[in-house]
Amino acid sequence: MTDLAALKDETLAAVSGAPDEAALEAVRVAALGKKGAISALLATLGKLSPDERKTRGAEINALKDSVVEALAGRRAVLKQAALAARLAREALDMTLPTPAPGVETGRIHPISQVTEEIVAIFADLGFSVAEGPDIESDDFNFTRLNFPPGHPAREMHDTFFLQPDATGERKLLRTHTSPVQVRTMLAQKPPIRVICPGRTYRTDFDQTHTPMFHQVEGLVIDQSATLANLKWVLEEFCKAFFEVPKVGMRFRPSFFPFTSPSMEVDIQCRRSAGEIRFGEGEDWLEILGCGMVHPNVLTNCGIDPELYQGFAWGMGIDRVAMLKYGMPDLRDLFDADLRWINHYGFKPLDMPTLAGGLSG
Amino acid sequence: MKFTLSWLEDHLDTQASLAEIVDALTRVGLEVEGVEDPGAIYAGFVVGAVIEAKPHPNADRLRVCVVDAGAGPVQVVCGAPNARAGMKSVFSPVGTYIPGKKITLAKGVIRGVESHGMLCSAAELELSNDHDGIMELPDDAPVGVPYARFAGLDDPVIDVALTPNRPDATGVAGIARDLAAAGLGTLRTPGPETFAGAFDCPTAVRLDFAPADAHLCPAFALRLVRGVANGPSPEWMQKRLRAIGLRPISALVDITNYVTFDRGRPLHVFDLAKIRGDLTVRRARAGESVLALDGKTYALDESTVIIADADGVESIAGVMGGEHSGCDESTRDVLIESALWDPTNIAQTGRKLGIVTDARYRFERGVDPDFCVPGLDLATGLVLSICGGEPSRMIVAGDPTAPRRTIDFPYSEVKRLIGVDIPRAEGEAILARLGFGVEDGRVRVPSWRPDVQVKADVVEQIIRIAGLDRAPPAPLPRLDEGVAAPVLTLLQKRTRLAKRTLASLSLREAVTWSFIAKRAAELFGGGQPALALANPIAADLSDMRPSLVPGLVAAAERNARRALTDVALFEVGQIFLGPGDTDQRTAAAAVRRGLAKAGGEGRQWRGGGAVDAFDAKADAMALLAALGVAGAVQVVPGGPAFLHPGRSATLQFGPKTVVGWFGELHPSVCEALDAEGPIVAFELVLDAVPAPKARPTKARPRLERSDFMAVERDLAFVVDESVRAGDLLKAAQAAERALVADVGVFDVYQGKGLPEGKKSIAIAVTLQPRERTLTDTEIEAAVARIVAEVSRRTGATLRA
Repeated sequence: MTDLAALKDETLAAVSGAPDEAALEAVRVAALGKKGAISALLATLGKLSPDERKTRGAEINALKDSVVEALAGRRAVLKQAALAARLAREALDMTLPTPAPGVETGRIHPISQVTEEIVAIFADLGFSVAEGPDIESDDFNFTRLNFPPGHPAREMHDTFFLQPDATGERKLLRTHTSPVQVRTMLAQKPPIRVICPGRTYRTDFDQTHTPMFHQVEGLVIDQSATLANLKWVLEEFCKAFFEVPKVGMRFRPSFFPFTSPSMEVDIQCRRSAGEIRFGEGEDWLEILGCGMVHPNVLTNCGIDPELYQGFAWGMGIDRVAMLKYGMPDLRDLFDADLRWINHYGFKPLDMPTLAGGLSG
Repeated sequence: MKFTLSWLEDHLDTQASLAEIVDALTRVGLEVEGVEDPGAIYAGFVVGAVIEAKPHPNADRLRVCVVDAGAGPVQVVCGAPNARAGMKSVFSPVGTYIPGKKITLAKGVIRGVESHGMLCSAAELELSNDHDGIMELPDDAPVGVPYARFAGLDDPVIDVALTPNRPDATGVAGIARDLAAAGLGTLRTPGPETFAGAFDCPTAVRLDFAPADAHLCPAFALRLVRGVANGPSPEWMQKRLRAIGLRPISALVDITNYVTFDRGRPLHVFDLAKIRGDLTVRRARAGESVLALDGKTYALDESTVIIADADGVESIAGVMGGEHSGCDESTRDVLIESALWDPTNIAQTGRKLGIVTDARYRFERGVDPDFCVPGLDLATGLVLSICGGEPSRMIVAGDPTAPRRTIDFPYSEVKRLIGVDIPRAEGEAILARLGFGVEDGRVRVPSWRPDVQVKADVVEQIIRIAGLDRAPPAPLPRLDEGVAAPVLTLLQKRTRLAKRTLASLSLREAVTWSFIAKRAAELFGGGQPALALANPIAADLSDMRPSLVPGLVAAAERNARRALTDVALFEVGQIFLGPGDTDQRTAAAAVRRGLAKAGGEGRQWRGGGAVDAFDAKADAMALLAALGVAGAVQVVPGGPAFLHPGRSATLQFGPKTVVGWFGELHPSVCEALDAEGPIVAFELVLDAVPAPKARPTKARPRLERSDFMAVERDLAFVVDESVRAGDLLKAAQAAERALVADVGVFDVYQGKGLPEGKKSIAIAVTLQPRERTLTDTEIEAAVARIVAEVSRRTGATLRA
């Protein structure tokens, strides 16, 4: 019987000594292949007596089983080692940087963002968004808005003019978005609730003025809109826009040709160390002008002031954007300095919603 | 409009503090821009008596003084030659800030003697340049009293920002009236004394206007005061004028300025000796000119109203007097003018001549016609009391009495506009205090309020005086119950979507000027005269932009010059094709330069590199895809002249619907724009992009997906280098329209192994069977048809 034991020892030693899968396969063939040692032993069984065959067969099969098991075990070990070696070879330097995706690096300009915030608030109050051309007629920019020709109130607006056309008409760049209110009233019957955001122009260029700036105006015309309603709308807007639970507002009588009574509105704030907080503090900051639509304007726009009334307001988008997000210099808004845009701009997926909070 | 507190108190009997007055002014619509307390800079300086002045033991020119400034004797070393015992002067104790020296006084030891303060010269208080000696105060100056109060230098100056509708508030008296109406005191403006005059005014006045021009000078009042002495005006008047920033000149001139600010009534004075003949008020004639009081000569024309004598123009009506007939110290006989002018004409004249004066400021807002004659009497009284003399009878040419406006005013109008009721008695009392007459549902507007024209203006008077806080905020009822409906138009939605889409491609949004340099506008198809500004603010901001790209290129170059060379910028905004209402478009455009690729900026260890026209194409196509129309767009090689002719294409939906372009900017355009290239860009006109097909429901179309395996085949073609990949792809698609689900280019090669002038384009074709699995034979047949069609259309051969 020692021949079997020796074969077993020899074969198992070869199995465990096989350095790789190819060597292991060679061992398998040498033992279990057609001409393998164990196969050869099994072939001898036919010549034995039934009794001998029984004992001898069991012994050889036991040998075969142990070799098969050893082969499987060794194969698993070798496979594992090969995989480990491959993984080691495949290792990469995971500290290498990856480029930032566009949704991370792209930027929305604060003016666009703040305009969307304003639209979100007023859309919820049932206002739609009206727009009109930047190049306007004197009639829509001034006369219909109750700025009589030659009136000193026109001097309040430093106006850009275009060259006169063949008919002598001299167009201008709108000095406010109020001509959009005129267009809306001419095109639409009351009740009217619109806001008019857009670019506006005045011939002014210094620390706090740029020749182009952005305004949003609002207009409500129906049969009952009052100054008390106007105050409510503006107060609700300021709370929602500045994202504070309450806001102090001061209404001061003022003058605009297109409203009567006219008011300017200050918002309460606290300034400290370059930071500004709303809804608290001792300072007042002017943020908008407003009033009850002047009956002459209604008449000029085809609306009977005895039947209808309403209010309007106007506000600088650039200014409220600067206030809310702490941008110190107006001129930066139009300079497209990448450092500025990267810092003050908004990411493409920062979309203002009332449900999620305007600024997230 | 500036005035001092004491000046206001001439007109308003009030117990209110300065703070209360300032607060009330803003509350009633006279916004206080600033309050200047001129006494503040003299804080610490007090009246002191020099008790003793002995020679300094160690210095010949110094004296050791003992000063009593109300807090016991103090030792002071003083170098002034006039310091002597018994005098009174201005003393500043240790800790006082000395404006003339810009130091805060500390205790000193001067040549071994302690000094606890300083006796001051006028220069040290910045009162004058006199630093020769310490100030000498009268013997009765009260010791210990602040010097500013003693000298009357502490009258606060209030600066009010006037809205252009309030001519009445251009005088202190009008401001007092508002404050009295608001309950801050009682109005006590004296009515002017009247002067009959004992002799006729020797100079006659003729209003020489065509009937249609009569409004240019409704009235002109004139009087002579003879035998005046025109020295300096009294100290109290000079002090007030100086406090509000006016330079005292002479009594006669100062009186006109004083009445201008006191009552909002501008006046003019002529020296009779320099007037020849009578005065004529008329339009100027072309070619006439006048040397005005500001020393400048103004050329005049018919649009300007002037006052002339026999020698020619003596004064520009309502704006500025002439130098020739002005009053000076030699004036003995003075003609005083109080006139009414047409506000619009005065405004035009002032604008045209570029003259800003206190008279123009008032006349263009509308001066109180009823005060024309009383104003002349007021000035007469001041002249008589200050300069002496004897007044003539008054000449009044024209008619200063203007009809009073009345407005139908149902009191219910207050509640209709404000939303709350102000009790009628209160509202009417406010109107009465403001000078309005109230009777039977009508109000009579006072002569000094030309701005009050309609019912709403009357409501405004009531609410501004009663207080705007009387109307608490009241919710605006919703027009529609329930959830707010969407409000944005397709273009508004697309504008937003375009911004978010482009930003997500790593582009940064810029907002650039709507106007650009003419040269830049011309390069991009604009620059026509109809879009040029008549009054640009700068030469390079002169023309309305026909494209967003020049502004973006300029912005990219600005960044590059700050060493930020990888630039990816976009803008979505207006462009102008003409001046008409419908000539404005909303465009979306982007520029990239340097290594600013969408997939990562700058040098990347995994590759990257310089941007090229395909980056611009990718941006444009991504935007079209976001807008839902990428599938239908045609990319036609070539584009506008400002693009590289071989690296540009036009984007269109059929030849008549061109929506934009992309490509590399032409090198000569970059050069003309003073920008370093290469720069790639695209621009799409959002208004021109077709709307997506309207669908009756929100449901998506049914998903069609095949149960049969798709087959992909790679085909490499050799073509002439002029053949376009787009044509090749189109041919492959067309050959098996039903079967080809997708076709893409996966390799383009030119060079070794290919004949000169040839290139290889390798495409991957995806065949998608719909009804059953394809047999090999069917697949090969389909591929053969594709190859044949591609060859037929492009001359391609299958690469071996």
